[in-house]
Amino acid sequence: MSLAFREAVRAFQRAPVLSALSITTIAFSLFAFGLFGLVALNLRTALQQVEERVEIRAFVAQGTAPEAVSAAAGDVAGFPEVLEVRLVTELEALERARRELGEFEDVFEEGILPASLEVRLKPGMSDPTTVGTVARRLESYDFVDDVRFGEEWVEKLYRLRTIASAAGIALGLTFALVAVIIIGSTIRMAVLARTSEIHIMRLVGATDGFIRAPFLIEGFLKGLLGGLLALGLTWFAFQIVGQFVVRAEYFTPAYAVAGVFIGALLGLIGSAVSVGRHLRRV
Amino acid sequence: MIRFTHVSKQYARGGPALEDVTFHLNRGEFAFLTGPSGAGKSTILKLIYVSERPTSGEVRVDGRSSVTLSRREIPILRRRLGVVFQDFRLLPDRTAEQNVAFALEVTGAASSAIGPKVARVLTQVGLASKNTALPHELSGGELQRVAIARALVNDPLVLLADEPTGNLDERASRGIFQLLREINAAGTAVLMATHDLTLVRSTDFRTLEMNRGSMVYDSAASGPDAGPAAPAAITGDSVR
Repeated sequence: MSLAFREAVRAFQRAPVLSALSITTIAFSLFAFGLFGLVALNLRTALQQVEERVEIRAFVAQGTAPEAVSAAAGDVAGFPEVLEVRLVTELEALERARRELGEFEDVFEEGILPASLEVRLKPGMSDPTTVGTVARRLESYDFVDDVRFGEEWVEKLYRLRTIASAAGIALGLTFALVAVIIIGSTIRMAVLARTSEIHIMRLVGATDGFIRAPFLIEGFLKGLLGGLLALGLTWFAFQIVGQFVVRAEYFTPAYAVAGVFIGALLGLIGSAVSVGRHLRRV
Repeated sequence: MIRFTHVSKQYARGGPALEDVTFHLNRGEFAFLTGPSGAGKSTILKLIYVSERPTSGEVRVDGRSSVTLSRREIPILRRRLGVVFQDFRLLPDRTAEQNVAFALEVTGAASSAIGPKVARVLTQVGLASKNTALPHELSGGELQRVAIARALVNDPLVLLADEPTGNLDERASRGIFQLLREINAAGTAVLMATHDLTLVRSTDFRTLEMNRGSMVYDSAASGPDAGPAAPAAITGDSVR
């Protein structure tokens, strides 16, 4: 392995400009990937925050005994999807309405607003199907007059999230493919530049695996360095956007490490594909 | 040790390179492989170090048959062979000792064993003092000595030399030939493809002559003195 590593480093030294160029190209490809990742990350966080506010309100029929509503609230809190249930009495509803709509304060009279159960769901349970299921279960209580949860709004939110995820995956795969092709091309050039060396290696009894190893290490290193450079560029872009446009969220250390690792992995894949194809011709 | 049995080779592009060639080379033997350009000398060497496979027939090298030899076994077989070429095929950015050590490194030899072995073979080929020289700092004869040292460092059973003196002047050629004789005297078989009939005639080593893909003469089959059966090229009546 030490010889393979030495040979990979030697390849960098032998063609420093070409190596730097390929690392930069990989970095820009991963940078584009990273930028989209940042957008996707922030979009996801924003959507999560909105989703956390998804609430189901079950309005209680007037004249229902408070004990019955309290007992039902206890039941609902036991639903597996439910995070918390809050019982809003008629009086509380009135106070809230007066507070929130101060200018119409006089319009609200006592007894005009019904009591309700406000149900918040656990994280990840805000998809239209789950929300609908919980709403239907609430409707089944006799004392419940009406259930509201902004059905259309929940569906739109969920669709937006699905589109964002699909676009993220499609763009991610495209940039990953671009990185693989770039790395594959640089390794192809490296293989061709070292044809005579490969001939000699074969002649003296080197195995295919041994011949392949330096190229794989080279691809891995290029991907790794490209990934690190892309991370730096993304951080720089993030700072600029943060300063002049909008404060956003940056990758967590785990995501950053994963991103660099993906770069290295793409480098390894690109070189493996290229070496496999071109070694046969050399 | 090397046995060709009714071997024919047809390249995908071009005519037949070998036709029904049968011969064997014993352990420790020295043999010349002669014949005009395109006669099939290099093809015979390529079949021995398995750069090519025969179209029909069988090549056996050190007990391994071309019929059953797998791709994975080829590197193992090549470690038992040493090969040198007319154009030396050295790595230009490495010193003489690094070029020689390369042959050991790629076989996974222990690093502690590499230095002494390299020094030994460089001494054997007479280049101990030029161990740190880069190829462009060496003469043609010296380059070929480095190539021979690289071929020898794995202690091969046979040294295959494809026109090793083809790029050298007469003095350097004699030096290389003398070196090959010494290597042979130490127990390594040598199969040397050459155009140099003066060299061939100057010794009584076995001679295999190729012409248009066929083996037309084997001095071992005809006895030490080939007599009337020997082709004109070998007896010196005319030069091809």
